[in-house]
Amino acid sequence: MARREPHPDHDLIQGEWTEKALVEKLLEPVEKPAPRPWRVVVAVGAALTLAWLYGLFVTFVRGLGTWGINQPVAWGFDIVHFVWWIGIGHAGTLISAILVLMRQNWRDSLNRVTEAMTLFAVLAAATYPLIHMGRPQLFYWVMPYPTHMALWPQYKSPLSWDVLAIMTYLTISTLFLYLGLIPDLALLRERSRGWRRKLYGWLSLGWTGNAVHWQRYRAVYVLLAGLATPVVISVHSVVSMDFAYGLVPGWHLTVFPPFFAAGAIYSGFAMALTLIIPLRKWYRLEGVITERHLDWMAKVTLASGLGVAYIYLLEIFIAWYAGEPAEWAQQLWRMTGPYAPYYWAMMLINVVLLQTLWFPRFRKNLTWLFIFSILANVGMWLERFVIVIISLSHDFLPGNFQLYYPTWVDWTLFLGTIGFFLFGLSLFIRLFPPIAVAEMVHLFHRLRKH
Amino acid sequence: MRRRNRWVRSLFWGGVLGVFALLGVVFSGVAVGAFEQRTFPVAQPVPFSHAFHAGGLGLSCRYCHTAAEHAAYAGLPPTETCMTCHTFVKPDSPNLALVRKSWETGEPIPWNRVINLPDFVYFHHGAHVAKGVGCAECHGRVDQMAVVYQPQAFTMKFCLSCHRNPEARLRPREQVFNMAYTPDPELGRKLKALHQVRSAEALTSCNTCHR
Repeated sequence: MARREPHPDHDLIQGEWTEKALVEKLLEPVEKPAPRPWRVVVAVGAALTLAWLYGLFVTFVRGLGTWGINQPVAWGFDIVHFVWWIGIGHAGTLISAILVLMRQNWRDSLNRVTEAMTLFAVLAAATYPLIHMGRPQLFYWVMPYPTHMALWPQYKSPLSWDVLAIMTYLTISTLFLYLGLIPDLALLRERSRGWRRKLYGWLSLGWTGNAVHWQRYRAVYVLLAGLATPVVISVHSVVSMDFAYGLVPGWHLTVFPPFFAAGAIYSGFAMALTLIIPLRKWYRLEGVITERHLDWMAKVTLASGLGVAYIYLLEIFIAWYAGEPAEWAQQLWRMTGPYAPYYWAMMLINVVLLQTLWFPRFRKNLTWLFIFSILANVGMWLERFVIVIISLSHDFLPGNFQLYYPTWVDWTLFLGTIGFFLFGLSLFIRLFPPIAVAEMVHLFHRLRKH
Repeated sequence: MRRRNRWVRSLFWGGVLGVFALLGVVFSGVAVGAFEQRTFPVAQPVPFSHAFHAGGLGLSCRYCHTAAEHAAYAGLPPTETCMTCHTFVKPDSPNLALVRKSWETGEPIPWNRVINLPDFVYFHHGAHVAKGVGCAECHGRVDQMAVVYQPQAFTMKFCLSCHRNPEARLRPREQVFNMAYTPDPELGRKLKALHQVRSAEALTSCNTCHR
């Protein structure tokens, strides 16, 4: 008998496992007491969430004047952070949907935690369009519903599209997350007692795992992946059109939709790395989230980051090539004006430091990967700062130039959404397995038996 | 097990039907104007009856609301207008005590406003009268109201329905103050041209009313 070739992805699950041991390992975050860092993260998240509520309270009671926005720079941290959070959410859908369509096995141990990351990132992002309105109590006027005013929303505005894009995105990513959870919930239902058994019993919707169910489940999963893929690309494109539709120099660029989508994948993968590296260490998941997974994530980060870096350079070229004075003045303002340190820090991180990921030595170095993932998030924050704030601070009329100074409310609302994100995510992985158990068992069977 | 199945099934279908029912209620309710607020007759400090003065005595609207043809605000009559007759007619009536007091002290009569548009709506009475919109189109048969109430909801939808299709409501200028007149759309089309009523686009643009 010929020697059997090992499966090309055989090292995606490392170590000697039986099916039972693998399942028990994957359910550890839910079934065993939480490790100490988890408590710290929850406590910090809860504290920042309370600070966030206070920031919201101040905003609603005293108005938007408590923020640092001014007349030319009427979009400040609110929109910077809205775009930042929406971008972070995109890696989750990319890993869940696009990599499913491409039949990538390495997504199986990453998709759950990144989908949860998407959900909480989109929730955090979705607060900003609501709270940055001067009259947030009238937010429902952006919905198309019949009214005694005989009025409908204006569908020429990308901000109206944002409403549809984000609501669709939130719905589809929640559905995707929940659909993926159903077999795991059924497993947890069988293994737990008391209130948890009731909770998982209700949530698992009577899943028994028979063949017909599985066949339909896979069909729906692939179908949803096929639907989510254009959604994820178009959502951030719609967000980019908030700017690209404007006439402001530095905004009115036709490359913005793919630019923002690339940036979203870049920052999303960076955030996924930031979350997964500690998660892997704290819960000792080295056997299922292997160095190869992290290596792949770093490669995708590099690929999308190069897309971003390309457009940074293209922006400079276009500004020069267009021969449009306001456009070129904007570029010089970015490079040499009072905001130059932000611009150059962005270039340093997203263009220069990114190049380290070409080298396996850096990709395999988890300390560097972790540091770089945080830096990349800072870099993408700076990118949105450059696009939103620096462009607005220097447009056509010199009489209109003005700088932007964020206030403590701006910072509180930002740190608060980080807190909300961490708080929600850590509660999520305490209640639901952070790795898709059913997917991993499938992978285990594929790798070992066939 | 079976019991729970029934529970879940009714929960699911109840939810689905509930959402559709809610949508149905919202859409049909808005279509027929069920959510529009109409006020009930508003009590006034002086029991003034339009049915008696306009309907019974046949006073023209303009005798009291003098500015209706020219100004944005049609105006309430001052105490002087009441006293032109009531100095001699029923000078001792207890119903008119407040009017006499106002006449003596100079304090205006605190009438209660029935139709109160928000301040971001700039309604002009004179423009409507000049284009041949009768009082009764908006205010109803005031000549039959003992106590004035609001016959229309005065929502934006109500205003727009006429601004989009004015010919159905226009009447000759001499019929504006005729409460009993019924508009004729055939004539309305001619009157629209005659009175130079602007197009629906102009009449429904924001700055027509919200300046």
